[in-house]
Amino acid sequence: MSPDMLFNLLWKAMSQTLQMVGIAGVLGSLIGLPIGIFLATSGRGELFPAPVANRVIGLVVNAARSTPFIILVVAIIPFTRFVTGTSIGTYAAIVPLTIATIPFFARLVESAIREIDKGLIEAARAMGASPVQIVWKVLLPEARPSLVLALTMTLVSLIGFSAMVGAVGGGGLGDLGIRYGYQRFMPDVMLAVVVVLIVLVQAVQSIGDRIARRFDRRNRKT
Amino acid sequence: MISNSSTVPNEPGPGPASKIPMVAFQGVTKRFGGSDAQPGFTALDGIDYSVPRGAITGIIGRSGAGKSTLIRLVNGLEKASTGQVVVDGVEVGGLSETGLRDLRRQIGMIFQHFNLLSSRTAFDNVALPLEVAGMDAKAIRDTVAPLLELVGLGDKARRYPSELSGGQKQRVGIARALATSPKLLLSDEATSALDPETTQSILELLKRINAELGLTVLLITHEMEVVKTIATDVAVIDRGRIVEAGRTFDIFTLPKHDTTRALLSSSLGVKLPEWVRSGLQPQPIAGGRVMVRLIFFGETAFQPLTARLVNEIGPDVNIMAGTIDEIAGEPFGSLVVSYPSDPAVLDRAERFYAETGLSTEVLGYVA
Repeated sequence: MSPDMLFNLLWKAMSQTLQMVGIAGVLGSLIGLPIGIFLATSGRGELFPAPVANRVIGLVVNAARSTPFIILVVAIIPFTRFVTGTSIGTYAAIVPLTIATIPFFARLVESAIREIDKGLIEAARAMGASPVQIVWKVLLPEARPSLVLALTMTLVSLIGFSAMVGAVGGGGLGDLGIRYGYQRFMPDVMLAVVVVLIVLVQAVQSIGDRIARRFDRRNRKT
Repeated sequence: MISNSSTVPNEPGPGPASKIPMVAFQGVTKRFGGSDAQPGFTALDGIDYSVPRGAITGIIGRSGAGKSTLIRLVNGLEKASTGQVVVDGVEVGGLSETGLRDLRRQIGMIFQHFNLLSSRTAFDNVALPLEVAGMDAKAIRDTVAPLLELVGLGDKARRYPSELSGGQKQRVGIARALATSPKLLLSDEATSALDPETTQSILELLKRINAELGLTVLLITHEMEVVKTIATDVAVIDRGRIVEAGRTFDIFTLPKHDTTRALLSSSLGVKLPEWVRSGLQPQPIAGGRVMVRLIFFGETAFQPLTARLVNEIGPDVNIMAGTIDEIAGEPFGSLVVSYPSDPAVLDRAERFYAETGLSTEVLGYVA
């Protein structure tokens, strides 16, 4: 394969991966964030006590998380078709990716919020803050560094998941590696795909780390 | 000096209203957990106590005595199982969620571990209760700056908590607690995480705030030192009950309950040396000696009583331990002496004590 051809293939696959990861990441986190906040604050004696709903949503989240991604992709094909009008292609692949992101991110958000010292919630209650004010003015700002890291971890996992959506013609880097590198036995394509993925993951991780550190005031020295 | 008297009004003055206690606990019981079948854990058991207006009141007890629960009943962080908690005439248990939030804005609270938001600067931490109360940015600026000055952190407004020392963090906590101009300040072991020197400076600050703003202070602590330094009134709590309460000086000089004595002995330096204590017997020993604690305060603190003691009782008086201290601003001394426990000496000693009005306590007998 000529370098030009390889470059074109890689370029197209990478833009598909970025598109899938970007859209699924944004949508999934936007939906996952409130679910995570709810999971972290709705236990007995917490800010919005709703222990039954907490249990039910917790079970659904666990069920979604324990379903292998490739099975999820196939299982929700009718839903995917309902949403996008098709069950194959890059846009169709975004649906299962988003569905997989929601519970993943929600659990990370939950643990980020649960990490916050209970004393801060007590202090906020003692100054007359409402539960909603506590979420907005205490929990979210205090969890910000952990939330940025959670988003980073979610995006990195999404890059991995996106390699599997070749099964429904989603395209992307993983698909390129399987079809050219493995099925056509072109090790140079496989190597190029792996290298691009490594660079991509590294970039996402270090940007995330840097932003998180910027927000983190906990152990900053003068 | 306080530069912001306009934002932090000095309300309580003389008059009939000031006679009503700031906080009144009436038959308060608090149980945790448990069901009809199981009683659960009783943290507070029949508390009747009034916190005087405008004073600094200390509630002291060992850990697990129920003092944290007690202070949390005042701003409704905990709810009483039975009985009533009345704050400035308002029954806390009868308030709606909104009413409770309004009440909490009139009650400041400071904590052992400060509980400052790490993501906010000192300034923004103090601003938080004002934001929560819906104050606009300009008014917040005008309120927060003088408060930081008041607690001595005018130059640290832009610092984050991680850049401040423990004492400075507690000062931010105090400024935050004062932001909404409360009439009552609750202190939950506020100095327990601080070193002795910093503790003193924080206590000085609380004392000054009490004096200059006329703010009622209710503090809980396990440290006698704290109560001794700033509290004018004290209540001793043990296993969910208030076992002794009154003016700090009275309680400290003449403790009646064992818990009070135990708490006092480690703080006032009247704890007997181990070698003295180990030989003590509860019953007189023939030909042995009696060990007596003499307590000096008020009038007696300034008289040369030890010299007279030797004159009256005889030369065989031995000083075993002693201390001179200050409680709630008054001098207080304690001296442990021993002398022969033969009837003639005991008789002379009794007469001397009666004549001088000296308080005594027989600790035991030694061979």
